[in-house]
Amino acid sequence: MSGFQTNNKVVSWLEQRLPIFSMMQHSAVEYPTPKNLNYWWNFGSLAGFVLVVMLLTGIFLVMNYSSHTSLAFDSVERIMRDVNYGWLIRYLHMNGASMFFILVYIHIFRNLYYGSYKSPREVLWWIGILIYLAMMATGFLGYVLPWGQMSFWGATVITNLFSAFPIVGDPIVTLLWGGFSVDNPTLNRFFSLHYLLPFVILGLVVLHVWALHTVKSNNPLGVEIQSPADAIPFHPYYTIKDLFGIGVFLMFFLGFVFWAPNFFGEPDNYIPANPMVTPAHIVPEWYYLPFYAILRAFTMDIWVISAKLQGVVAMFSAIIILFFLPWLDTSKVRSAKFRPLYKQFFWLFLINCLVLGYVGGKPAEGVLVTIGQICTAYYFAHFLIIMPLLGKIEKPKALPASISAPVLKEKA
Amino acid sequence: MRKLILSVLTAASVAGLSGTALASGGGEPLMKPGFSWEGLFGKYEKAQLKRGFEVFNAICSNCHGLRLVAYRNLSAVGLTGEEIKDVAAAREKADAPNDEGLVSMRAGRPSDKFIDPFPNDKAAASANGGALPPDLSLMAKARVGGPNYIYSLMLGFKDEAPADHPIPEGKYFNTYFPGNAISMPPQLMEDLVSYTDGTKATPEQLAKDITAFLNWAAEPELDERKSLGLKVMLFLAVFTAMLYALKVQIWKNLH
Repeated sequence: MSGFQTNNKVVSWLEQRLPIFSMMQHSAVEYPTPKNLNYWWNFGSLAGFVLVVMLLTGIFLVMNYSSHTSLAFDSVERIMRDVNYGWLIRYLHMNGASMFFILVYIHIFRNLYYGSYKSPREVLWWIGILIYLAMMATGFLGYVLPWGQMSFWGATVITNLFSAFPIVGDPIVTLLWGGFSVDNPTLNRFFSLHYLLPFVILGLVVLHVWALHTVKSNNPLGVEIQSPADAIPFHPYYTIKDLFGIGVFLMFFLGFVFWAPNFFGEPDNYIPANPMVTPAHIVPEWYYLPFYAILRAFTMDIWVISAKLQGVVAMFSAIIILFFLPWLDTSKVRSAKFRPLYKQFFWLFLINCLVLGYVGGKPAEGVLVTIGQICTAYYFAHFLIIMPLLGKIEKPKALPASISAPVLKEKA
Repeated sequence: MRKLILSVLTAASVAGLSGTALASGGGEPLMKPGFSWEGLFGKYEKAQLKRGFEVFNAICSNCHGLRLVAYRNLSAVGLTGEEIKDVAAAREKADAPNDEGLVSMRAGRPSDKFIDPFPNDKAAASANGGALPPDLSLMAKARVGGPNYIYSLMLGFKDEAPADHPIPEGKYFNTYFPGNAISMPPQLMEDLVSYTDGTKATPEQLAKDITAFLNWAAEPELDERKSLGLKVMLFLAVFTAMLYALKVQIWKNLH
């Protein structure tokens, strides 16, 4: 199955007992990749790169962090001031979290634009959503660890969401807290889980890549690889392209680390947690803001269903609905390149998400409440009404016969 | 299209973040005097840090703590070893129990963190009309606007509150403080301290210097951070350009 050959006796000995070299040859060297991938396809490998950065910086941070409420804040400041290059490791980790989400959001919207979630890539897409969910949990847990004001109050607000569920709600919250308020047991379990979940993400990434290599990459044209002429080996073509991408990305990432390390943070988190003083305006990290807006869009109790429960259910549904996208989208054509109507609705959806994010970061008052509600309705309408209908109404443009066909036509 | 998306994303994120910023301010936009450490190549001015320390030591430290900074760190603002010893020794703290188990007070040492002016928060609040003077170690990072906020606050006192916005007895009107009623009395006046380097101590000068010192206290790594950043960026620019050239070379024969 693979063209792996060697004259090295040691390599050959190991290969016969554990075929790791032929596996690498098969998956990282020969792996056939569509020849027409654009730079939007760099973001998967970039996200994988950041995951490694987060794991490494995190492991070194833990060596100097104390997960006790009376020590956590000062131990982080000790890292910033007294640990050799502690400021660098911590700022890399802090900004790395935001970078991870920026990259993954671009990766997700690239997927939506080119219809990569459609058959046969549904399971690949599902694993991706699971990674995203695990990332959100990890990010939230990690934000609590420095035990600043926003850590404490963010943890209080978010864990309290679960109390909206009838009967099971309060026991769940008590279990999350390890007591009757956010306190030392909460910080300890959050720390433990924050160390565990990244390795769960790592495992999911392995599955994600496995699924990818089974069904192969989608591409900007959205037509499958049909002949060897459509594909090129991963190495050296995409190894060098991904490396170049990492170089560009590092400059963007480190620009924040070295010159604006607190750009994505909240000043309030440099105030030690104080259960007696509530910040004027509690906001979650920027990457949750669209979902925060959906949560707060529900303001009226309907019969026995409280507004809070509606909001919580809507917020979770907003992500769960993604699992059904491969079937809600009824179009046979993948790429928005050939879907004139969908292309417009894609941009509308993106703008809608950005507006939701904006609303989520503002106090819920005045016209913003209404805007948040309209955008929430549109979010769900996009998946439940627009996507199913588009496939029926839209007349897609003619697809090229193969990946290499349009290239050959241009040359002729 | 790509450029459009990027600009939309950037604009949205900037709007979202600055939006939260405005929500907690005192209303007036902050003054921006411009500081030496801003910008790509910005760094602290040692003379200014030292002046700022002189103001902090003479005035601010009577009520405010700086508990995350050690006296030994003051070498970075230009104090000599002897000066640091003297500054540290000016305060006392509880010593470790002696062989008989008795605890006595000892003078501060350079290895100590700044010793708080009050034995505990209750004592600090009680001595200040019920309001706790906040620790200043991270003040430059813990407020929206950072150094600009500190500078503006120091100069933002008004002798009298506007008629339509009265403030409680024992508070002072400050244009930039959230809610405008601050418990700290105005501090800065002409020649409040006499700088050892002979600089004229105008209120603006004092505000600027104390802001510089507090920004250093919050971000002592700033100079090292920016200078390392420049080297890393220079390397990455060259390295990435080479990767790009290699990419073009490798992809050249592919149609």
